[in-house]
Amino acid sequence: MTALLEVKDLQVRVEDREILHGLTMTVNGGEVHAIMGPNGSGKSTLSHVIAGKPGYEVTGGEILFKGEDLLEMEPDERAAKGVFLAFQYPVEIPGVTTMNFLRTAVNAQRKARGESEYLVPDFLRKVREVAASLNIPMDMLKRGVNVGFSGGEKKRNEVLQMALFQPSLCILDEMDSGLDIDALRVAADGVNALRSPDRAMVVITHYQRLLNYIVPDHVHVMSKGRVVKSGGKELALELEESGYAQYEDAAA
Amino acid sequence: MNVALAKTTTGAVLDGTFAAARGRLPGVGTVAETRQQAFDDFARTGLPTRRIEEWKYTDLRNLLRDVAPLAPAPDQAALAQAAKLVETLGTGDTQKLVIVDGVFAAGLSDLTSGGGVTVHALSAMLDDATSATRADLLRSRIVDPMIALNAAFATDGMLIDIADDAAPARPLHIVHVATRPSVAAFTRSLVRIGNRARVTLVESFVATESAKAYQAHDAVVIWIGDDSDLQHVRVMEDAGDAANIATAIVTVGARTKFNTFSLTTGGGVSRYQSFITLAGVDSELSTNSVHLLRDKQHGDCTFVIEHAAPNCLSRELFRAVLDDRAHSVFQGRINVHQIAQKTDGKMMSRALLLSDEAEIDNKPELEIFADDVQCGHGATIGALDDSLLFYLRARGLPEKAAQALLIQAFVGEALESIVNDDLRDVAISAAERWLESRA
Ligand SMILES: Nc1ncnc2c1ncn2[C@@H]1O[C@H](COP(=O)(O)OP(=O)(O)O)[C@@H](O)[C@H]1O
Ligand SMILES: [Mg+2]
Repeated sequence: MTALLEVKDLQVRVEDREILHGLTMTVNGGEVHAIMGPNGSGKSTLSHVIAGKPGYEVTGGEILFKGEDLLEMEPDERAAKGVFLAFQYPVEIPGVTTMNFLRTAVNAQRKARGESEYLVPDFLRKVREVAASLNIPMDMLKRGVNVGFSGGEKKRNEVLQMALFQPSLCILDEMDSGLDIDALRVAADGVNALRSPDRAMVVITHYQRLLNYIVPDHVHVMSKGRVVKSGGKELALELEESGYAQYEDAAA
Repeated sequence: MNVALAKTTTGAVLDGTFAAARGRLPGVGTVAETRQQAFDDFARTGLPTRRIEEWKYTDLRNLLRDVAPLAPAPDQAALAQAAKLVETLGTGDTQKLVIVDGVFAAGLSDLTSGGGVTVHALSAMLDDATSATRADLLRSRIVDPMIALNAAFATDGMLIDIADDAAPARPLHIVHVATRPSVAAFTRSLVRIGNRARVTLVESFVATESAKAYQAHDAVVIWIGDDSDLQHVRVMEDAGDAANIATAIVTVGARTKFNTFSLTTGGGVSRYQSFITLAGVDSELSTNSVHLLRDKQHGDCTFVIEHAAPNCLSRELFRAVLDDRAHSVFQGRINVHQIAQKTDGKMMSRALLLSDEAEIDNKPELEIFADDVQCGHGATIGALDDSLLFYLRARGLPEKAAQALLIQAFVGEALESIVNDDLRDVAISAAERWLESRA
């Protein structure tokens, strides 16, 4: 069976500095992977390269998504094929209402897949249903995308999009940063509701706490641009005890 | 030396045009004399060059070279084409007053009077020998070569009177249609609004397929009384190789609201210059101007605002989205007269450059003779934000669609200033047409 995501010996440079030095990981449908690691270890870089953010130069290795060369695709093609990145820092877009943005995005993805556009009533019903489950008031969706949203609201807005787009690979970059425990629980519940045998999640986090709510099947420790250790969910607890120091030495 | 020569040459060529056109221009006697005077005023400078301060960034001698010959009156075929185009405007239920190639087209227009509104064709008024004041229709308080040229050649336009307390249900809608290549149309309209009136005035500039490289020269003179409200929307979609040189002269009474919106997507060369005088106390002026330009289009938006009475508010917002080698000019001048205490006047220009070769010139000017005022201006120039673009693309929007959404957001605030839903939709559709044709 083809893996959902295969990252093989990935090397990435930013402005002439190598950030990822040969990173390898395989994610199958239905699995939840956690990537943990100290700040600056390259977690966000990996997520950006998978999503197709410009400014990164891939100098070696490859990324396959459902067996296809992901690096050859534009970011919007990747989205249409089922890659979703929940941003660590979702941007604010004044002047574009969240509702308009959601509809435009959903329909762009459907069009790219050769599907018909959502009918407005169907779309509204779907948004209302998902928003309610995430405690997002409909009024919030009439505002500019993320404009004036709290940290927790921004993250819930990311989960809302995930639920609407139904991607097959969800990468969550530091979803827990800046969230209090209640906000975290709502967002995590939203993510858990999306777990399914044909969908995989890659949960990037600095802290073990999030993994109490989104329980991973596999945990990878990243340090200085490499995966330095992989294991089961118990690895996360171990890290909580011992900290990252040992891995930083291992990578050095 | 060269300058003088160029001027003489242009003047001489045009002299011929004026002589040839004279027979077709409505109005004899005082009207003809006023035209001759206006032409002489124009001929002293000819087309303005960058040496005239007000025209520094829009050198018409260079951009236009010459004034095109007067457009012939539309024949049946032209009128039929124009009629078809007017049907597709989608401006909702407006009272349409259609001008084709500079001539008022009664057959395409709705001259219904009533409810305090009276409408006449300007040509008929100029020809009305019984009127002692008919020559005033061509006069104005602003000294400017292009306004003078307009007065000399104006063939037609509208005279609209709106009585005290009138509140016409439908917006009044002047539609300019160009159907012929390489000719010039000169139009002039006057709108007199009484006290306590509420009016919406729309102006559209459009062209049929066959109209190329033509010139539209227009002037609109508006008086608004006291305690009134005028909502004004102007959408200019002239052909990409045409010229549109237009003036608005507006006098605003006391406790009156004047909200004016203009969108420019058309015209290879365009200038829309507005001279607005706040002549009565406690009035509010809001202007929202949008340029969406590409290729080698040159667009000029010029405002001269006279705060001539105390306690008035003015807000000018200018937005330009410039692609390719487009060039946009925003000149905003606020003159605060000595009597105009408690003036609150602000202007803001924001430009979004989509290409390295696009260009904007901003010239804000404040001249303040009162001591208790608040005035200010600001300008920003920038490109689309890469992090926003990536966010949208990561959500599935192709590059052009992501850009389009951000451009819409950029001009959205200005479009939102249009109160009437139908008219806002018209402006939004025009902006969307521009965005779609980028792809
Ligand atoms: N755009 C950039 N320009 C220069 N250095 C960068 C850029 N993005 C990331 N880096 C560097 O790459 C390293 C990894 O960063 P990042 O992927 O954000 O780590 P993490 O998400 O694990 O905290 C850091 O040393 C950071 O400074
Ligand atoms: Mg990070």
